[in-house]
Amino acid sequence: MNSLSYVSIMKEWDIVAARQMGRELSKQIGFGTVDQARITTAISELARNIYLYAGEGQICFEAIKTLDQKGILIIAKDNGPGIKDLSQVMEDGYSTSGGLGAGLPGVRRLMDEFDIETEVGKGTKISTKKWVR
Amino acid sequence: MNRDLRNIIIEHNDAIIQNWSKEINKLKEQNYTSDISDELYEHNNQEFVNVIIHSIKGTGSTKLVKDFSDRIIQLGWPLSYITDGLLVFRRVATNIILKQVDHVDSNTANEVLRNIDSLVEPIIRQLVNEYSVSWEHVVSLQRIALQELSAPLIPVMDNITIMPLIGTIDTERAKFIMENLLDGVMRHNAEVVLIDITGVPVVDTMVAHHLFQATEAVRLLGAKCILVGIRPEIAQTIVNLGINFSNLPTKSTLKKGFMLALEITNKSIVEMNNKSQTLDELLGKSTGSEEDHENTDLKTT
Ligand SMILES: Nc1ncnc2c1ncn2[C@@H]1O[C@H](COP(=O)(O)OP(=O)(O)OP(=O)(O)O)[C@@H](O)[C@H]1O
Ligand SMILES: [Mg+2]
Repeated sequence: MNSLSYVSIMKEWDIVAARQMGRELSKQIGFGTVDQARITTAISELARNIYLYAGEGQICFEAIKTLDQKGILIIAKDNGPGIKDLSQVMEDGYSTSGGLGAGLPGVRRLMDEFDIETEVGKGTKISTKKWVR
Repeated sequence: MNRDLRNIIIEHNDAIIQNWSKEINKLKEQNYTSDISDELYEHNNQEFVNVIIHSIKGTGSTKLVKDFSDRIIQLGWPLSYITDGLLVFRRVATNIILKQVDHVDSNTANEVLRNIDSLVEPIIRQLVNEYSVSWEHVVSLQRIALQELSAPLIPVMDNITIMPLIGTIDTERAKFIMENLLDGVMRHNAEVVLIDITGVPVVDTMVAHHLFQATEAVRLLGAKCILVGIRPEIAQTIVNLGINFSNLPTKSTLKKGFMLALEITNKSIVEMNNKSQTLDELLGKSTGSEEDHENTDLKTT
């Protein structure tokens, strides 16, 4: 594994920095325009959730490889309040902030693999992968 | 001691300046300033050392310092040029003063250093302060310029207005978009507003949410929004996100959106192959002297 890098999310504009880094890396890995847009949007959702609900956290990027595939791994982690009802949060339209509630279910559809670990009072870690087709 | 020190510096003015320039020129090769022309570099160094010497003599003025820092900023030179310059000055002046003292023990050396510091520190403070104030000024001007650009409204014709959006939309800008939209609908008496997002790099749930809110508010004012400039990759991303745009009419291009806007406002575009004739028709009078050529014009119905 290589290309490990991260962006700290503290201010709203850090979301843009994370997006840019993700777009750049996915371009390097060889993703097409549509997948670049998908990855960038997914990062935007994860970073904004950190900014809105946890206050601060990190978005980490990694270029990943298997024998026959190349891809990107994105990890969003924070030490925020955690998520109480995971199954609810993964449903379209559920939001505690008056948003569309499309962020997390959207990220799952935008990416190929999606994994969420969360503990109330401790924080949230979301790992998600996309493979080059 | 401080008095004497000041005098020694003034007396050895030339030597200090000479040594300082030499050291500063050495710095040039290894840093940011390497692509600056020698003349400009030397000219500014001259002015820099003048500012320092004047401050130490007590004949300087805030204007002198301000003019200097303003210029450094205008040239785009980094703050480290100023701090490096003063650190070098401190070193050079200390060396020269210590040479003047007959025998140097650690006490004298300490005292000289302390006194030099008390002379140099106020200059550092003032210059750095001026520098940052100028920067803040530049940043605030750019901020205003950016705000002016952030949500422009173009009334293209009666009842039809276009808002082209270019660049990232953050919360602050989203608020502007909403305000400008509503203000523009009232002011230009718009029936249809075309929001062009061709230049928006990412349309995520937050952007979508703000667009929905803005268009809903516009609807309450009795006007209609059409979202245009949706690039294919953005369309696919929106579908993946599962956002429902069915309440907001969308078109892929500004042109298509504009056609829809014409339809809504009961207008049409008429191709005029024979301009004079159509003008006759339109205006009901003869314009026979007009040259015939192909033209596209708008006709309000
Ligand atoms: N990192 C996080 N820490 C704590 N709670 C979170 C975190 N991320 C999401 N949540 C919770 O999950 C809910 C759903 O998130 P999701 O991103 O799907 O929708 P949303 O942020 O409310 O709206 P939007 O559609 O604008 O993203 C949020 O309202 C919030 O309560
Ligand atoms: Mg969200």
